[in-house]
Parts: sequence; structure tokens; C-alpha cells
Amino acid sequence: MPGRRKRTASQATERQAVALTARRLGPRDVLHVGSAGLRSRPVRVVLSALGIAIGIATMIAVVGISASSQAQLLQRLDALGTNMLVAKPGEGMFSGQEVKLPKDAVGMVGRIEGVEKAGASGDLQHTVRRSQMIPEAETGGISVKAASLGLLGVLRGTTASGTWLNAANGRYPSVVLGHVAAERLGIDRPGRQVWIDDRYFTVVGILDPLPLAPEIERSALVGWESAQRLLGFDGHPTAVYERSTDASVRQVQRLLAPTIDPQNPQNVSVSDPSEVLKAKAATEGAFSTLLLGLGGIALLVGGVGVANTMIISVLERRHEIGLRRSLGATRGQIRIQFVTESLMLSGLGGIAGVAMGAAATAVYASTGGLPWVVPPWAAGAGFVATLAIGSVAGLYPAVRAARQSPTLALAAA
Amino acid sequence: MTDTMRSAENPGLAPIPGPTPPPIAGPALVAAAVPVVELRGVVKEYAGGVRALDGVDLTIGEGELVGIVGPSGSGKSTLLHIIGTLDRPTAGTVAIAGHHVASLTDRRLSALRARHIGFVFQAFHLAPGVSAVDNVAEGLLYSGLPRARRRRLATEALARVGLADRARHRPHELSGGQKQRVAIARAVVGQPDLLLADEPTGALDTASGEAVMELLHALNQEGATIAVITHDTEIAQRLPRTVRIRDGKVVADSARGKVVV
Repeated sequence: MPGRRKRTASQATERQAVALTARRLGPRDVLHVGSAGLRSRPVRVVLSALGIAIGIATMIAVVGISASSQAQLLQRLDALGTNMLVAKPGEGMFSGQEVKLPKDAVGMVGRIEGVEKAGASGDLQHTVRRSQMIPEAETGGISVKAASLGLLGVLRGTTASGTWLNAANGRYPSVVLGHVAAERLGIDRPGRQVWIDDRYFTVVGILDPLPLAPEIERSALVGWESAQRLLGFDGHPTAVYERSTDASVRQVQRLLAPTIDPQNPQNVSVSDPSEVLKAKAATEGAFSTLLLGLGGIALLVGGVGVANTMIISVLERRHEIGLRRSLGATRGQIRIQFVTESLMLSGLGGIAGVAMGAAATAVYASTGGLPWVVPPWAAGAGFVATLAIGSVAGLYPAVRAARQSPTLALAAA
Repeated sequence: MTDTMRSAENPGLAPIPGPTPPPIAGPALVAAAVPVVELRGVVKEYAGGVRALDGVDLTIGEGELVGIVGPSGSGKSTLLHIIGTLDRPTAGTVAIAGHHVASLTDRRLSALRARHIGFVFQAFHLAPGVSAVDNVAEGLLYSGLPRARRRRLATEALARVGLADRARHRPHELSGGQKQRVAIARAVVGQPDLLLADEPTGALDTASGEAVMELLHALNQEGATIAVITHDTEIAQRLPRTVRIRDGKVVADSARGKVVV
């Protein structure tokens, strides 16, 4: 008899187990219960989401502003082209040996297959000053160079005002200023005169910035012939600039030194200015670690704020938890409700933060004339970070809520 | 007065628990006469040795309307929690709608509450800022029914408690009595085997309290099994069956027609 009863009892338990299975909440219901707490306390939601938002916004803005500056540099680089090479006198075999490029280096380079344009500049030992009253020592870091007529074309430079050197003005004491040189001399329009060596030269033109040739930006450029005639220039170029077709850049790079100095090609150093600019773009693009760290700290503080809000929420909503348990919510369902709430809270902050960061970048970009770039990976990573913070911040309060005895929750009136 | 008449007319619904109640076993599940609530020797002790329930035997049959009465501190609330499966006894057996509570995991107990028990609280516990119909639909949230069906059943349940025209009203737009009726609708929307009402009139004025009690009587007439926990002897007297609790013991049960202690 007892044995029989035992069997029937276990059968009954089995049947009960089949009959009593807690139903899962659908995704929509999970969102519904998760958002219930948020909807009833909008001000608190806004304030705690704000903490997260500020952190994410800082990070997005740091990354966005760096990316925008980088994009601008690369854009400029695209416009300038990466097919220009510069040949300069290198180190001689023996120290102290002065190496010079041949006088007709421009012509030689021009004959290399693939080279479209070539130009040259030659360094002069003179200084340029506003007037003879200014001491010679005050060069302002401006050098005087002789420039071939084709130089500007090779550099793809343009004049901000006035004209470039030409066959007519090149013979006379006339000078074209690079934009940094003009700025330092305080000359804003052609027609002014500057003191070079022992005479006044008339400024005929001022150049726009030349990112590929910063040395030209800082120079006062005198025509080749007048430099020879008036300033004692020996006619040996100190830099030969050439521009080739994109396809032949590497080949030209190999041929440049042997063409200019077939006997001692090691005396000629060839450089690619666009490489320098690219490296610069990479460094400028590298966002400030310090600012990123600050953003991270703000995010962390935001996360603590969310955890705090969630703990308070759990304490305040004991009745609701008790009620839900009495309505048949399992512990897991209570847990998921509070984790969802925390995720929504921080997710909201994340979305707001991404928007705020993107807006800050847009403001910065528009005031600085930069292209507006917010890398999608940054926005994505920022959002994922908020969700991670949300789940971590929500987990403890959620577990606490789920562990709460329903009777105690209901009794605390 | 109709209540007293009703109770007089309705003795058949009360179970006839003999001195030795039938054991709760497998076959009892399928049998027609399964009691909704069956407590045997239930003891509940809290930390510190406080004995809130001390050997309670209680059987509530299908279709009964029982008042569980006692002064505060008598163990009524603990009894409610035990019957409502919100808490487990220290000793003794509890079976609700044929399910042995001791053998069930917390998860299955939740399912048991979702399917078989409806709660009504003194403080209503309605979600603020949520319409009456949505508050009622919350009662089915954990039932696994689809959303649209939950809302439809909620609308029907609201009509059943006479609040069809208040479906869109939010709790703060309702009177206390109306709130409690919404809470009752939420408790009965899933057609539970047992409706547990904890001081349902405690927060209401006399008129509203009367209306709520009338509603409970009406629901009982329709077949609902209801246990009302109250300290109000006046309310209890109007119920068909009264179980008196004192110091964690059942001291009187009108169904047995005698005072136990």
C-alpha cells in the first residue's frame, strides 16, 4: 500500500511539473515592463542618462574632431597630389665636401620619361627685411631663394594676390613672397618693397599656402636671372621639384638621382613631401589620450549614477516587485525587467551622447572649416560601451530585486 | 441581509471535511472534488522563534467564499502568504488546486500563482499613470497569452466589475472603490481557481467597502472561490463561512459548526 501511494504521488508530481511551466515574456513585453519604471520617473531618467551621455559625448567628440582634422589633411593631400618628388643635394662622400646640383638639373629631370613638369629653387645667403633700418640679424626665419619660372606650376601653387614671376618681371628686382614670409614681414598686398642685400625689391605677388613645400612658404622668391645678376647667385639649384604622372612616380624616383648626377648619384637625395604630410595627418589624427581618458572617467561616473538610480528604483518599487511576483513573475522575469530598465536607461544616455558628440564635432568642424567626420566605429563602440555599462550597473540591483521575498515586498506598506 | 440569505442557501458549496481528510495524492488531481486549498498542520516560524502559524488545518473547496478573521498579529497575513504560495511553511503540507507546494521550484510556484491564484490587496497596488484596462491586463502578463488577447480579456473583466466606462481612466482619476474594483478585475481576469483578498475594504469608506464586498459576493455566485482576510468581524459575519485565527491557530470554523478551541 505505501509503495503504491508513493508511485501515484510521484506520478502526480510529474503531471504537476508538466502543467506548471512559467511562460516566457515576449520581447515586446520585456520592453514594456522594462520601460514602465522609466516612464513613471522621467526627470530621474533624464538626469541619470545625462551622466552616461556626457561621457559618450566627450569620447565621440574627441574621436570625431581628430577624425575631422585628419580628413581635412587627407583631403588637402588629395588635392595636392602625391606625385611630386624633390631632389636636393645630399651628403658628400667626404665630410665638409660641398655637393651641388648641376645648373641644368631642371632640364635633365624634365627629360625623364613620365615627368610632366620640373622647377627649381636655389638658396641665397641674403636676408629679407621691411627696410634697411631693420637690423640684418632679424631674419624672421625667412630665407631668400631664386626660383625658376616653372616652380609654382610644379608645386600646384596659386597666388593669393599679384602675379608669379615671369619673363618680364623676373629680370627686375622683383620678389614673390610665400604666405608665411608675407605674414612675418607684415605685407598683405603687392606693390610694397622689401630690402634684400643692398637694394629694395618690389613685391609683385604673394602666394597661397603650399603644404607640400613649407620651405617655399617661408621664402622670398626672386627670379633666377635677377638673382644671378643682382644677388650673386651661382645658378646651382638647391632643390629640384618635379611632377610626374601617377603611374611613373616610383620609376622617376629611381631615376632622379642617377639622372641629375650620373657619376655620384649618392650625392642627390630624393624625397616625397606627401609622405611627410601623410605622417603628419596620422599624428594629428591620433586623438588625445588624455581627453579620451577624461571621457572614460565621465562614462564610468555615469555608469555609477545608473547603478545608483537602479538601486533606488528597486528599493522604491518593492510593492511593484511583490505585486509582480504575486501575479506570477518568476525571479528571472524580475531580474530581466530591471536589467532591461538599466539597459534602456544607459542606452538612452548612449544615443543622446552619440548625438551630442556628433553635434559638438559638427560645431567644431563648421567653425574650423573642416569636413564633418564621426567614425561609425566610434559611434558603435560608444553605444556598445553604454550597453555594457548598463548591464553591469543593472545586474546587482536586478539580482537584489529578484531575491526579494515577495511577502516582505508586499508587507512594507 | 441578502448575504446572510445567500450563505444560508449555499451550504452545499462548503466542503465537508471529515475528521480525517482524504490524503492528497495523484488520483485526487483528476477527481472532481479537489479542494482548492488544503493545509495540513501548517507551521510557520520566523527567525527569532516567532511562531506565526501553529498547526493550521484548513480546507477550502471550490466555489466557497471564506472569511479568515482575526485581530492584528494573529497570523492572518502569514496565512495569506502561505495560501498564496508567496511563502513556504516551516512544517506541514500545503496543496493549492491539487499542487503540492513543497515539491515545486520557485519557478513552478510562480507559474502556479500566474495560473491559479489572484490577489487583491488593501493598498490596491495599481501601476500609477497606467490606464485601468492596462492595469487589469497586467494580471495576465505572465500567463503567456498574446497581448491583444490580454487586452480583450481585461476589457471584459473591467465590464464584469462594472467599470466598462472607466477603461481609459488612470488610477488617480478613480475613486478608492473604483481602484479596488480595478484590482479585483486584475485578480480575476485570468479566471484563477482562488481569489485571495487581503483586507479588501481596509482602505475604503463604508459605502465603497460595501460595494466591493457585493462584487466579491457576485463573483462567488458566478463560481469563483474566494478567501477574504480581514480583521473586520462585521464583514466576516456576512460571509458564508468564517475561519477565526488567533495566535497562529484556527480557533473557530463556521463550516465545522463549532469552536475548535
